[in-house]
Amino acid sequence: MRFPKLPNLGLGDRIPSHQELERMEKEEAGDRPKWDNKTQYMLTCVGFCVGLGNVWRFPYLCQSHGGGAFMIPFLILLVLEGIPLLHLEFAIGQRLRSGSVGVWTAINPYLTGVGIASLLVSFLVGMYYNTIIAWVMWYFFNSFQNPLPWSQCPVNANLTDLVSECTRSSPVDYFWYRDTLNTSTSIGDSGGLQWWMVLCLLCAWLLLYVCCLRGIATTGKAVYVTSTLPYVVLTIFLIRGLTLKGSLDGIKFLFTPDLNELMNPSTWLDAGAQVFYSFSLAFGGLISFSSYNSVHNNCEQDAVIISIINGFTSVYSATVIYSIIGFRATERFDDCLEGNILALLNAFNLAEGSIKEGNYAESLQNLNGTFPETIQSLDLKTCDLQTFLSQGVEGTGLAFIVFTEAITKMPVSPLWSILFFIMLFCLGLSTMFGSIEGTVVPLQDLNIFPKRWPKEAITGIVCLVSFVIALIFAQSSGNYWLALFDSFAGSIPLLVIAFCEMIAVVYIYGIDRFNKDIEFMIGHKPNLFWQVTWRFVSPLIVLVIFVFYFVTKVSSNVTYIAWNPSSEDFPTLEVLEYPAWIYVIIFILAGVPSLVVPGTAIFKLIRRCCSNKNVYGAEVDTVSAKVQMFTTKMS
Amino acid sequence: MLVRILVLLYLVGAPALAQTLCQPNASNGYRVRISIKTALGNQAYEWNENEMFLFQATMAFAMRRYYKTETYNVDNIIVCNQTRRVSFWFVVISPENPTMLIPKADVEKAVSALTTRLPCRPMSNSMSRHRINNAFLLTDRTLEFLGIHPTLAEPVNPDTPPWLIVFGVVIGAVFAGIIALLVSSLLQKRRKEKGMMEDGQDEEDRQMKGVENGINLDGIYNRGFTDDDRFTKL
Repeated sequence: MRFPKLPNLGLGDRIPSHQELERMEKEEAGDRPKWDNKTQYMLTCVGFCVGLGNVWRFPYLCQSHGGGAFMIPFLILLVLEGIPLLHLEFAIGQRLRSGSVGVWTAINPYLTGVGIASLLVSFLVGMYYNTIIAWVMWYFFNSFQNPLPWSQCPVNANLTDLVSECTRSSPVDYFWYRDTLNTSTSIGDSGGLQWWMVLCLLCAWLLLYVCCLRGIATTGKAVYVTSTLPYVVLTIFLIRGLTLKGSLDGIKFLFTPDLNELMNPSTWLDAGAQVFYSFSLAFGGLISFSSYNSVHNNCEQDAVIISIINGFTSVYSATVIYSIIGFRATERFDDCLEGNILALLNAFNLAEGSIKEGNYAESLQNLNGTFPETIQSLDLKTCDLQTFLSQGVEGTGLAFIVFTEAITKMPVSPLWSILFFIMLFCLGLSTMFGSIEGTVVPLQDLNIFPKRWPKEAITGIVCLVSFVIALIFAQSSGNYWLALFDSFAGSIPLLVIAFCEMIAVVYIYGIDRFNKDIEFMIGHKPNLFWQVTWRFVSPLIVLVIFVFYFVTKVSSNVTYIAWNPSSEDFPTLEVLEYPAWIYVIIFILAGVPSLVVPGTAIFKLIRRCCSNKNVYGAEVDTVSAKVQMFTTKMS
Repeated sequence: MLVRILVLLYLVGAPALAQTLCQPNASNGYRVRISIKTALGNQAYEWNENEMFLFQATMAFAMRRYYKTETYNVDNIIVCNQTRRVSFWFVVISPENPTMLIPKADVEKAVSALTTRLPCRPMSNSMSRHRINNAFLLTDRTLEFLGIHPTLAEPVNPDTPPWLIVFGVVIGAVFAGIIALLVSSLLQKRRKEKGMMEDGQDEEDRQMKGVENGINLDGIYNRGFTDDDRFTKL
């Protein structure tokens, strides 16, 4: 019984057959780039998948959704959603030997929109992701001094006192919001370009350009460093972290399971979203990378290995991060307690050392009994280790505020700071390689640029245009724009694309044909697990996550958090509503890539109806396949 | 006789007078708080009369440095109300007139640094506080004069911020890399073109073949598609 599929004429003419693939393999049509060896390919894919999200999103999710219990939905969804989707992208790229636009156009010309949507999303996400790398570079440049600039408040202009914005918040907050971002109070207040940020942004894009100049010929060499260095640094931090006081408290806090969280649907949805975004699916980069492989490469094994590595990296980096967070929380707790003890000693003129951590609670009770008014007037802070540990932060807050503060408390801080930011830089850069691949190759396939233009020129133009547009993020309000891009450009469109990819392969390309292809490529048919997940389970999970996201975003008031020194709750961030014109931007970010999918289909339909010559289904004009043939059918 | 009585009165009365001058919350006195254990931990020393003597001596030293005309002595620094915390009050009396207290502001000036910057001698006036701290192996935080704020260290402003230097190094390396790669790409292409021109004769033959089928193929004949029967499907 053949699995139902939609009618798809002329498929055989658009794609190379198995015999042609064998022939291409033997004769090695030299124009298509190839991996020098399997290691390069694996390192590139690992680098693309393992990114900043593994370091600063997963630990937060883990800790806020019941610690060790979060592993259960995470691992289940990794197996049911992540691995099948990854295998699908690898297999289709390897089979059809083309980038995202080429692959979907070959399956059906009306599906070109899926490729174009991937292109747009890769472009938009690449823009803001590289800005984060620019921020990392700024911190890296500033790490070469002792003491670190974010370890103490600067003195104000009259040299009378420390800057008030800093004393009211903290030196790390001040360095991030004022010295780095020079943030304005709202997204509407642009505040002009910050020259130091422009320089860092320029540096980031130039560095990316030098690594991506010649496509995988250069990135393939760069990944030997960018994909392996993070693991080295994580191990160094783990060893360092475990020798610090309080690190084990942090790890215990992270992994203490709270099984009640499993009843909460948002735990499962967050786990699903994390698996999906963590694998960098639907960007088109993975399809491209896999298309440079030899035809008989074992893509099934690759998908499983990379998924395992990705999952392992998430857990490993969560351990490291929380060992350092545990250290920081313990330091804060000790400082808080010391402050209270000092206040008591000073108020009651007791000898030093009479109140210690051990007898603090007892002594406080005694004193409160005898002199309650004095105790009241002292205004002692409550010091609770659990509160400090659960100041769970994610994203840029974790890296640039919490972790940098922890680093200042470690001996030889500049060294740890340099190592940490090199690690973040490598994690981000290797993900950018995939983004650039997902942008440049579709542009070549769509013939936007003349064919004789070398790859260096196209990559240069992409980097230049991205840099110019990314100058938005170098303004005072840049941080708010980045959060906007992160919420909308990198979320909904990807889910739409992934869903369309699965429908396209299973129902339009035909799962039976796909099974035969895989059997041809790796020697055995995909087993029952793949069949069930590809046909039903994975599309269903992606659909559920999409619906949930869409409903939440549309129904809730869209707000953002702003740093406003003159607000009441300062240093707590102020919650503001977006101005009305932002909704246009949101539509451009989330709506346009999603609507391009049906839009291109409709456009092609109209074009076909209007023109007499019925050019159907055989126009595959891609640089990557170097095939030019078409048949014309008289209608 | 009278002289002896007067001398006796003076010897008895002076300390008593001194004691009345020094009182907690005295208008011209300062409270000092010392935290030796916090500063030195295991190597903390015991605070006793000898240390107190050293304190009086260093305060006299600070007063002498500031008021270069008058000679202060240990007796001019009067201490009272010492607690277990190790905190106490002190007042300074003038050497000429034992009943006159030196005003609070003058004592503060003697202890702390000047608030105006002197370009030629940047640290000399804050040396008093520095020297007092060092005499006791303590810091501004552990030897507190309540009411006198520790002066802030002058910010060290290097000519080029250090981050610009690192940025310059990185950008220089990146530019060098880009130029090297682009130049090598160009050279490779030129070498290829030269190689192509040399066997241009073979190229032309192949091109002629390509045109024969009625399909115009640019460049190299694509050997991947030699299935002729495909085109007869019409």
